[in-house]
Amino acid sequence: MLEARDLGCVRGDRRLFRDVNFALSPGSLLQVYGPNGSGKTSLLRLICGLLEPAEGHIRWRGANINSLGEDYFTSLSYLGHRNGLKEELTPLENLRISSGLQGTKLGLKEATRVLAKMGLSGREHLPARLLSEGQRRRTALARLLTCTTSLWVLDEVLTSLDSSAVQFVTSLIDDHLKKGGIALVATHHELDLSADSCQRLDLA
Amino acid sequence: MFRWIVVRDLTLAWKGRVDVLSTLFFFLIVVSLFPLGIGPETNLLRLIAPGVVWVAALLASMLSLGRLFANDYQDGTLEQLLLTPQPLYLVVLGKVLALWLVSGVPLALLSPVLGIQFGLSRNTLFVLAVSLLLGTPVLALIGSIGAALTLGLRGGGLLVSILVLPLYIPVLIFGSGAVDASITGSGVQGNLSLIGALLVLSLVFAPWATSAALRVSLE
Repeated sequence: MLEARDLGCVRGDRRLFRDVNFALSPGSLLQVYGPNGSGKTSLLRLICGLLEPAEGHIRWRGANINSLGEDYFTSLSYLGHRNGLKEELTPLENLRISSGLQGTKLGLKEATRVLAKMGLSGREHLPARLLSEGQRRRTALARLLTCTTSLWVLDEVLTSLDSSAVQFVTSLIDDHLKKGGIALVATHHELDLSADSCQRLDLA
Repeated sequence: MFRWIVVRDLTLAWKGRVDVLSTLFFFLIVVSLFPLGIGPETNLLRLIAPGVVWVAALLASMLSLGRLFANDYQDGTLEQLLLTPQPLYLVVLGKVLALWLVSGVPLALLSPVLGIQFGLSRNTLFVLAVSLLLGTPVLALIGSIGAALTLGLRGGGLLVSILVLPLYIPVLIFGSGAVDASITGSGVQGNLSLIGALLVLSLVFAPWATSAALRVSLE
């Protein structure tokens, strides 16, 4: 469903990688490894269409993502380094707005339930700047529970999380894969998954 | 889905209302400084009023541009906006609309009050407000292009002014021209229609240019 052919990336004057190839079918996970600066974030941003590849192309369900435009984004969820949260807004407001922008109307009760699942009950009404980094990360990850997208692109989302939260997020990814979703994950952690297909990509 | 962007930005503006009010305050102060500095000679004041109010509105609009994308860029929400299933054109339009509602409209509504200091007639005050109501969205739309191009660059604020002020000049000329025409009794409508034309043009082209600039800035 997601296919990358001969992908190459150049940032400024630096060549980050070339000839990256992979194909992911429903239920597969690709874990991207590499030292800092090797291009993991750039690769993930290429998949999201935020960056143009220097060579190669990316196909989603057979179509080049450049030609898909916004339709691609109905299937894509991206969580990057920065949490993508407005600090002045509460987790509830942040979650409902990001859901609304994605096209799903999220009611107040449902949003509170989702945030409770992420371990944030009692904190939903505080502006995000008053939360700890781990709580902010969990608020950002709450979006994964409300979205129905099939492709998850996650860049170092497990940092700032304690071990129980890491386990919880890993189980989220596991459930997503079991339902036929695809995940591209860049992380230092070893993911303990029962996925059918777990591929590794080493950018070193 | 369009309404979510507007609601979001309006909510954020409300939570940061000190910032919003300070832009308005800037407009107020700058305009009020002129009659204080020049003295109470009514004829002179009436001559300079259109230009003064319009230049102050221009500068205040430019100041408000800092709120359009910079915050979202810092916390990562801007790149999330690039990844919504909505066309980026609409996202930009929504943000500019929210910015205008919060910065441009109060400016336009406050201008008649300020115009009284310059001894303008009731008719002219009305034309002043209308010219600003029509012109401030154009300023916001054109300004958004500059704001998107200078995202994340050092000295961004200064760069925006260099990019955007030259493009503001036609709006300034027609805007202050309309008020001037009202004072001298000549054709107000011509100038207002020209601002209207600029508004239509910028509604069509500016969000598209801003979207392209955002994609480049976020690479």
